[in-house]
Amino acid sequence: MKLSGARILLECLKREGVDIVFGLPGGAVLPIYDALYDFEGLRHILVRQEAAAGHAAEGYARTTGKVGACIVTSGPAATNLVTALQDALMDSIPIVAFTGQVPTHLIGNDAFQEADNVGISRSATKHNYLVKDGAELSAIIKEAFHIASTGRPGPVHVDLPKDILVKEWNFDYPEHVHLRSYNPTYEGHPGQIKKAARALVRAKRPVLYVGGGAISADASPELMELAELTQIPITQTLMGLGAFPMAHPLSLDMLGMHGTYYANMAVHHSDVLVSVGARFDDRVTGRVDAFAPKAEIIHIDIDPASISKNIKVDIPIVGDCKRVLAKLVEAVREELRAYPAGVVREARRQWAEQVGEWKRDQPLRYEWSDDVIKPQHVVQEISNLTNGEALIVTGVGQHQMWAAQYYRFRHPRSWCTSGGLGTMGYGLPCAMGVQAGNPGKLVVNIDGDGSFVMNSQELATCYEERLPVKTVIINNGGHGMVRQWQRIIYKERFCAIDFHGSPDFVKLAEAYGCTGIRATKPGDVVPALEKMIATPGPVVLDVWVDKDECVYPMVPAGGANTDMILAPPSREVRERAMKSQTGF
Amino acid sequence: MSEGEKHTVAVLVENKFGVLSRVAGLFSARGYNIESLSVGETLDPTVSRMTLVVRGDAFVIEQVIKQLHKLIDVIKVTNLSEEDHVEREMLLVRVNAEPSVRAEILRSVDIFRAKVVDVTPSSYTIEVTGEEGKLDAFVELLRPFGIQELVRTGKVAIARGPKARLRKVEPKLGKPRGNGGPDPKSQDPKVVGFAD
Repeated sequence: MKLSGARILLECLKREGVDIVFGLPGGAVLPIYDALYDFEGLRHILVRQEAAAGHAAEGYARTTGKVGACIVTSGPAATNLVTALQDALMDSIPIVAFTGQVPTHLIGNDAFQEADNVGISRSATKHNYLVKDGAELSAIIKEAFHIASTGRPGPVHVDLPKDILVKEWNFDYPEHVHLRSYNPTYEGHPGQIKKAARALVRAKRPVLYVGGGAISADASPELMELAELTQIPITQTLMGLGAFPMAHPLSLDMLGMHGTYYANMAVHHSDVLVSVGARFDDRVTGRVDAFAPKAEIIHIDIDPASISKNIKVDIPIVGDCKRVLAKLVEAVREELRAYPAGVVREARRQWAEQVGEWKRDQPLRYEWSDDVIKPQHVVQEISNLTNGEALIVTGVGQHQMWAAQYYRFRHPRSWCTSGGLGTMGYGLPCAMGVQAGNPGKLVVNIDGDGSFVMNSQELATCYEERLPVKTVIINNGGHGMVRQWQRIIYKERFCAIDFHGSPDFVKLAEAYGCTGIRATKPGDVVPALEKMIATPGPVVLDVWVDKDECVYPMVPAGGANTDMILAPPSREVRERAMKSQTGF
Repeated sequence: MSEGEKHTVAVLVENKFGVLSRVAGLFSARGYNIESLSVGETLDPTVSRMTLVVRGDAFVIEQVIKQLHKLIDVIKVTNLSEEDHVEREMLLVRVNAEPSVRAEILRSVDIFRAKVVDVTPSSYTIEVTGEEGKLDAFVELLRPFGIQELVRTGKVAIARGPKARLRKVEPKLGKPRGNGGPDPKSQDPKVVGFAD
C-alpha cells in the first residue's frame, strides 16, 4: 500500500495505540496537518506554545502509563520543545516527539525555520532520528515507541523533513522491533536477589527508598507486599510519591532536601537501605559521604548506569522493579523460613519504636496564622477535600515542595512534577495532558505565581479543548524559593524576586473564558476550594499566601541530611548553612 | 585535568549517521576526558569500531563504559586495558631534510622501522607506526631537524588471543620452525599476535 509520509505517520501512531496527540502546526509539518484533516481516530489538541505540547505529552504518559506523543514544526518550534524533552529525559517519562524539518535537499542550507534539530535534541533525548529515507519511516516510528517505552523510559525525537512527508512510500508496518544494540535487562540476577534477601532479613534498621522507577514499572503491589512482609519503613522521593500510600503506618513520606525529619533520620541510621527505582540524586543524598553512612546499600534499577554513579552500591540488581521485587518477596519468604522469626520481629519492633519516636518528635508542621493564609494549609485542605484521590500536578518552587509534603497520596500515577530538571511553567500544560488522558477525573494543578505565568497561555487550550483543569496559585508575590535561599543563605540580600506587576489572576482566567476565584483570608480557603471543585470547566483559584513562609525542613545545599533546618533558623544556624554550601 | 590512568576502550557501534557525534557528545556532556578517538569499519560493513583513549580513575571508567552502553547505537564496549592487548598508532611527519642531514634522518628511519613515503629537495615525509612511546621518541629525534607538519591517527587497539590457549602453545613457540611438520596451533593467527 502506497501512502504519503504524513499519512504513514498517522497510521503508525494509531497502531501504537496513540489516541491523543498534542501539537502546533507550521510550515514543515503542514503535510501532517493536511493528512489529519480527514483522519479518523486521533484527537489533536492544539497547544499555544510548543513546550506545552511536550509537557502535556509527559502528563498524559505519566498518569496513563502509555507513551505520550506530540508534533511541532521545524526551527523555533523544535527548539522550544527541547526543554520538555530534557525534562522527560531527567524524569524517565516515555514520550515520542515529532518535529518538522526543511526538505532534505535544503538541510544545512540555513533555510527558513531550519535548525539542526537532531543535533540540538541529541543530549536531551534517550534516542533521536532524522528520517532521510521514507522507506524507513514506519520502522523508525516503531523503534521510537519501543525505545521510549522499554528499559528506562525516556523521550525519543523523530525529525521529519517535509519532502519525506509529502512523497508516497510503501507502507508496511513492522510487527516486531529487533535492535541488536538495545536489550534492556528485566530479570534481576537470582544470586543478587538472594543476597539482598539475606541482608534484608538480617537487617536491624532497614529502610526502603523508592523513586519514580517504581511508578514507571507499576511496582506498587509488590512494594506493599515486601514492606508489609518484612515490616520495613518506606520513604519516597519526589518522583516516587504515590508508589506507597502515605497513610500507611510504614510510610516515612518524602526524604531529601525538603524531606521529613523522620525519613532523613531513618535513612541516616539505617543498616540496610534498599533503593527501588531511584537514582541517589543530589537533592536526595545531600553531602554524599554523609548519606546513609552505616548502610549496606541494595540498589534495584533497570539502568545499570544509575548504579554506583553517585553512591557506592553493595548489592546492585539490574532489572525491572516490578519483577525484581516479586522475586525478592519470594526470596525473603524463603529466607524467613530459615531464620528465627522471633529475632526478626524483635529487631523490627525496636526499629519501629525508634522511627515512631522521630515521627512524634518532629512531624511536618507550620505555624498557624489567623491573619494570613499559610500555603501548607491550602495543600492540606486540597488533600482533605479530594481525599487524596485527585491527580496532582505542580510547577516548580516552594509550592511544589509543600504539595509534596502535605498532599497525602494514596495511588501511584496520581502525581506529576518536574523533578530532575525543575522546569518552571510545567504545571498547567502538564495538567492539560493529564486531564486529556483521564477524562472525568479531578486534576488539580498546584502552581506558584512565578511558575504559572511561564505557561499561562495554555488556559486558552484548556478552555478550547474543554479540559477542566483546576489551578490553585499559591500566590506569594514573587519567586518564593529564591527568596527563601536569599533569606537563609544570602543574608537577606533580596534580589530580583518580588513581582510588582503581576496580573490579576481572576481577570486573567476570565479573559481566557475560564472561571477565576480569589482567596485572601484563612477563612476563604475551604469555601474557595469547594467552589473551585464544584465549578465545571477550567478554574483558576488565586490564593494570597504569606510571602515570608519558608519550606522546612531544609537541608542547605552541600550539607548532610542530618544538618537539616527544621524551623526558621537562628543567626548561628544561618551562618553554619552559609559555610556548608559548596559548589552550588 | 589529567587525573587517573589511561584506559583504551573499544566500542562497536552501528555504522549509522550521527553515531560519532553521540559518542563525542557523551564525553563533552559528562565532562570525561578523551585523549584520542579513532573509528573505522569492521568486517561487517554495518558495524564500525571506535578506539577511545580515556583518562580517569576506576570509578570514572566504569561510568564511561556504562554510559557508552546506554547509547542505543552502541553494540558492545570493551575495556581493553583490563586484558592483554596490542596498541598501535600511526604518524605522518614532514621534516626538513637538507642534503647534509639526510643520512642521519635515514638512520633514525631505519632504527624505528619507519618509511620515507615522499621526498622533495628539502624535505622527507615519513610514516611510522608503533606504540605511543615509540612515536613520541621518534618525534623527539626529528625535532632538531625542524618538523614542518605532523599528524597522528590516534590509537587503535585489539585484544590478544585467549590466555589459556596461549599458555598451552607457549613452549612450542621456542622451537625452531618447520621442526616436526606444521603445528596446527602455531598456524592460529591469534598466536602470531602474541609473538609481536
